[in-house]
Amino acid sequence: MHAKSSALADNATVLRYALVAPAVFIILMIGLYPFVKLAATSVQDITMFGADRSFQGFKHYARLMEDDRLWEAIWHTTVFTAIALPIELILGYLLALLFLHPLPFRRTLIAIILLPTVISPIVAGATWRLMLDQRFGPINQMIGWIVGGEVEILWTINPTFVWPAVLAAEVWQWTPFMFLILLAALSNVDTEQLEAAEIDGAGPWTVFRKILLPAILPVVVIAVLIRGLDLVRVFDVIWTMTQGGPGTRTETISIYAYQMAFREFEVSYSSAIAFFVIVLLTVIVIAALRRVELAR
Amino acid sequence: MKPWSTGWRLALRFGLAVVIAVMFLFPIYWLAAISLKSPEEIFAYPPVWLPEKPNFSSYITLFRDGDAWAVWNSLVTAGISTVLAMIFGTLAAYAIVRYRTGGDHLAIWIISQRMIPPICVAFPIFLLYVLLGLIDTYTGLIALYTAFNLPYVIWMMRGYIQDIPVDLEQSAMVDGLSRLAVIRKVVLPMVKGGFFATAVFTFIFAWNDFLFALILTRSEVVTYPVQVTGYFGSQSTFWSKIGAMSMLGVLPMMIVVGTMQRFIVRGMSMGAVKG
Repeated sequence: MHAKSSALADNATVLRYALVAPAVFIILMIGLYPFVKLAATSVQDITMFGADRSFQGFKHYARLMEDDRLWEAIWHTTVFTAIALPIELILGYLLALLFLHPLPFRRTLIAIILLPTVISPIVAGATWRLMLDQRFGPINQMIGWIVGGEVEILWTINPTFVWPAVLAAEVWQWTPFMFLILLAALSNVDTEQLEAAEIDGAGPWTVFRKILLPAILPVVVIAVLIRGLDLVRVFDVIWTMTQGGPGTRTETISIYAYQMAFREFEVSYSSAIAFFVIVLLTVIVIAALRRVELAR
Repeated sequence: MKPWSTGWRLALRFGLAVVIAVMFLFPIYWLAAISLKSPEEIFAYPPVWLPEKPNFSSYITLFRDGDAWAVWNSLVTAGISTVLAMIFGTLAAYAIVRYRTGGDHLAIWIISQRMIPPICVAFPIFLLYVLLGLIDTYTGLIALYTAFNLPYVIWMMRGYIQDIPVDLEQSAMVDGLSRLAVIRKVVLPMVKGGFFATAVFTFIFAWNDFLFALILTRSEVVTYPVQVTGYFGSQSTFWSKIGAMSMLGVLPMMIVVGTMQRFIVRGMSMGAVKG
């Protein structure tokens, strides 16, 4: 934090709160009400068929534990995050190394690579769905060139291929994010130290472990945290490509929660799910931040 | 000596970089190509990689049928919510930095608001909007995007305002400027770049939002991402419309990465990396 001297001394105590008030009010409107509402509805009994607003105990929370579809969705989300995150991180790092030193048209090439990251995940999903079309998409066509023959893989329908299809779209869209942040971090590494290490005859692995990694680690942690949280709540790209299907094959926590709330109108139960997910995530994030603090 | 920047190594790196850039660009090229193909070319087998001549009929259809209205809706909701979030967010950030309002707690509470998965709060917000009659209105969507983006704006502007020396403001106040005048005439010009970059990101978040637009709109205020998903029907998929509508959503983003590259790192890393 900044030193106290950055605070200005004047007696406008009204301004002190007046400037924050509108923002806090607006945030509270969508930040507080939903929590109160979630907590309340999760102990009532509201479904498509009726609304019983009396206190029903914690039966919806008990149901969470026995809901196989929920745990399957949590499992999908966990595995998807655990696979996509390292891939994006490693590809992003390798890309950053490639662009670290001077290169002709460097800025233009970086701008092109960044484009997927700023477009809507909906558009990314739609684009990949068209690309992966079994007949009119170029992906099957290109695979056909390699294997020599017609290929008609039903990417978004066949249970075997649907996760790789979603993964492709996800990695395509977010590797550039990792790339850009790691490039910035690597650019700030002290080059003199690197050169000195090379003169001392340190191998590339030693240089990475002793100099590069400690220098970029804080940034890596933040990038992983931002992307990790995004991946845990992934919705848009899967919604466009598969809507969670075939069956429940690509159902993630967000997709399942959406289905429960807006398709099946299990209002009370979906509130319990939402509350549970918020608590779970908060615990995980706090634990992660603790570890980061301890590691420092 | 920089062996990576000379001779055949440079050529190799450059070649590799170009191939990778092409790979990342290809899906967007494919989208653009679909939007410019004739119906026969879209459903040609094997797929056609380059339309014979650009066919703008899918765009014309979008504008003629009124579907392009969705892009206007996106523009209005994202635009107005950005202006509001920037005004309220910058004022709040200023107070948090200079008056230390709420200490560190307020700042951390605000940023933690951004961590919550949107789907978790979606249903209560939906109920609230039904109650208030805000479903399918500009006001409703603008209020939501403003609220949703405020934490980001406060967090980013807090960082930018912390970067400027306090002395300048003090001397301006000695010269008799009021506090609000100081914010307008001293602070804003100094954080101009960061302010603009934050505004652009705020706009992008609202522009690209899907979930809230999906649940809070019906027909009048449908935004372009919702419109795009509507073209994937259970019976048939409207390829040319998906291509054209998506491109209308992507084009502004092309301008953003083309002009804003300097600010993208800081904006995307929530201010953690100053690039």
